[in-house]
Amino acid sequence: MKTHGLLIDFKYCTGCHACEIACKNEHDIAMDEWGIKVFEFGPQKLKGKWAWDYLPMPTDLCDLCTERREAGKKPACVHHCLADCMAVVPVEEISARMQEAGDKVVSYIP
Amino acid sequence: MAEENAWRKIEGDEEVVRTCAWSPPGCHPVGCGVKLHIKDGKLVKVEGDETHPITQGRLCVRCLTLPEYIYHPDRILTPLYRDPKDRGKDKWNPITWDEALDIIEEKVNYVKENWGPESQVVLQGTGRESTLYASAMAYACLGTPNQSSPLSGQACYGPRCTVADFLLGAGYPELDYAAFFPDRYDDPRYEVPKYIILWGKDPLFSNPDGFFGHAIIDLMKRGTKLITIDPRVTWLGVKAEYHLQLRPGTDAAVGLGLLHVVIGEDLYDHEFVEKWCFGFEDLAERVKDWTPERVAEVAWVDPDALVGAARAFATNAPSSIMWGLALDTATNGVQASQTLLDLAAICGYMDVPGGITLAVPASFMGKWRFEIINKLPAELKAKKILNPKYLAWNATATQAHDDAVLDALETDKPYPVKLVWIFSSNPLACCGVQPKRWLEALKRTEFNVVQDVFMTPTAMGACDLFLPLATYAEHDGVVLPHFGRNTHFLGAMNKAIEVGDCKSDIEICIAVGKRLNPAEWPWDTAAEFFTAQIKPNIGLTFEELQDEGIHMQSFEYRKYETGGLRPDGEPGFNTTTGLIELKSTLYPDWNEDALPYFEEPFYSPYSDKISDEEKAEYPLVLTTGGRVTASFHSEHRQIPSLRAITPDAIVEIHPETAAKYGIEEGDWVCMENSLGRAIEKAHLTTKLDPRVVHAHHGWWYPEQEAEEPNLYGVFKSAVNELIPHDNCSVLGWGAPYKNVICKIYKVNSLDD
Repeated sequence: MKTHGLLIDFKYCTGCHACEIACKNEHDIAMDEWGIKVFEFGPQKLKGKWAWDYLPMPTDLCDLCTERREAGKKPACVHHCLADCMAVVPVEEISARMQEAGDKVVSYIP
Repeated sequence: MAEENAWRKIEGDEEVVRTCAWSPPGCHPVGCGVKLHIKDGKLVKVEGDETHPITQGRLCVRCLTLPEYIYHPDRILTPLYRDPKDRGKDKWNPITWDEALDIIEEKVNYVKENWGPESQVVLQGTGRESTLYASAMAYACLGTPNQSSPLSGQACYGPRCTVADFLLGAGYPELDYAAFFPDRYDDPRYEVPKYIILWGKDPLFSNPDGFFGHAIIDLMKRGTKLITIDPRVTWLGVKAEYHLQLRPGTDAAVGLGLLHVVIGEDLYDHEFVEKWCFGFEDLAERVKDWTPERVAEVAWVDPDALVGAARAFATNAPSSIMWGLALDTATNGVQASQTLLDLAAICGYMDVPGGITLAVPASFMGKWRFEIINKLPAELKAKKILNPKYLAWNATATQAHDDAVLDALETDKPYPVKLVWIFSSNPLACCGVQPKRWLEALKRTEFNVVQDVFMTPTAMGACDLFLPLATYAEHDGVVLPHFGRNTHFLGAMNKAIEVGDCKSDIEICIAVGKRLNPAEWPWDTAAEFFTAQIKPNIGLTFEELQDEGIHMQSFEYRKYETGGLRPDGEPGFNTTTGLIELKSTLYPDWNEDALPYFEEPFYSPYSDKISDEEKAEYPLVLTTGGRVTASFHSEHRQIPSLRAITPDAIVEIHPETAAKYGIEEGDWVCMENSLGRAIEKAHLTTKLDPRVVHAHHGWWYPEQEAEEPNLYGVFKSAVNELIPHDNCSVLGWGAPYKNVICKIYKVNSLDD
């Protein structure tokens, strides 16, 4: 049973790629492999209104940085996220935290 | 392993050194907090320092990939010399620093004896730490009055600082993002801005001049709304409440229109205007005719958005404005900047919580780099390379005029330039307009020196001595956000490792200075130099600063009330009138209009300065230079992880326009006008007006043939070939890097 999830308030994700590189550094992942990868939608108009979003997605290589968390640190992606829009959250708190974030928020249990 | 101290800790088999980043690798003086993990004397990992007041652990991909940069196999690790007759050929020979200094001494003395000290020019790049020390190399080492940059019209930060100095008598006006307070946004003195206008600025990835770009996100989370003024719909533009999508180069028209609404609808701060502003009535008269409809016609901006933005900004105190490079990269940018400052001033947002912070220019050690010119004899100072037509520049600027320097290199007038010292810059790939001209001009000298980290097209094409630079992990230093012009902290940069036989910019100055002018260079180490610079201002030695890590500067709002903006301690602003000069008392003496006005860009679809044939031949507006996260200007092209993020130079084209010219996504496209051509890869996007294309700048291809004529392919994507030389404002500042015309057509390859 997974105890934690990765919550991303993606309305603030700017597509800076810091999570991707920080993750590769932490887990020694090759350049063409990924522990987390940023996807992009837009920019385009949806029914006349501009939309442009980024969404990082953890892969099978993500263990939510168990070792770092045991040492009292944040996961590498969360620590370095320039927009500070990621957090590791206990599963039982996920729904409350998503409500708190309001809109455009996602959570993963990788 | 080194011993533990305030900034170096032992964690298992690693040392962890806390430091503040600057450059190289290239970046602005944001001074991001980093932790360098060292194992067996080698940098193995970089992490963000969570104790840093501004960045709080966050770090961008350029610092996260620092080990790739530092241990890159192509990095130059020892001085290199090449016979000047072999310029353009890969015939470099490694030498020692002593040999390099011998060569410098011999060449400098030879040039001085034959053509005088003024025949030497130091050209600085942008953003990097070197900008603090280039003037010292010129004035205190070589003994020449000619320090400049290979830009045109100093169109990077210089124009904004100068306009601020002329109209406000203050340093760089910056968004108040609570940078001065250790507890940041929670400080009781602070207020969150209700609106921020991002004008010609996309700070997330440019981190301009000491501003941490993602502080905008911090503020959005705290309720700040955005107004963006940009020819492209940026990511921040999508999130903005109002986006004013203007035609490139028409910022002054937009500014006059915003003022028209704010003054016409009586939305300004009467008390502030009456007490602290000069020339309001004349400004009101000037903007009377700039109706939203007129702005829409001139600048292509939606008039309803213009009115909405003006009302939102003026009626929601406090609000703020950030001004971007686009204000510098236009011939009419001086006036656009004036409208911007006027708008912020009449709304009462100057030096108030959540508004725009003002500072006395050149605090900490920023002052020294300009004052050091006074060590030169008056008759030598008077020989500085200038263009007589730029009265304002000639009366006030310390530096030689950029465009006049290229003219002097090409024509030997007012005298020949025989030695150029390129102080951390790569003008052929990046900042120089007409880079092919720069190459030929640089080849006319006796001797050229360059200091950099990697071999560049500029070094390969035109230099004779290459001095290898140390990265920020490899030397002691200080970080000075805004170069001293509005500086919230002084950060220590701590040497953590040694790589090859590299030196920092200031270490090079000390070594050269001791040979050429030892009286001015009594210091043996960078640390001694910094202690001499900072102790008189903040009372700390460099070692004490290292222990403190970050020395926050105290801050006070509304300094115009308390005398904090004037050297005489009187209330008011440090201008002729003691007020913010909405209407300049200085400009008329320099043949410039005292009030802001709009002037059509020289190369534009509506210009009356070029022929109808030329306008018909080149129907599109070309703008350049939007930033990406994976590079700093022309740097980082050879760093694998970063090149993977941005592999190609991209020209952005609206799909309708692309269809018209038979261009598809990923095609190679040539942009061409009467001045030059450049090829980049097409990306089709609706974020631009169909009449505008946007091209990346700063591209070269380190993987390609180094020697001439290829020079790492530097001229293939050289979009600055399409930008005119010496098309500056009346005052001498500003040049049209972001607003010319072109045609586009599909080509088969980058080499077509």
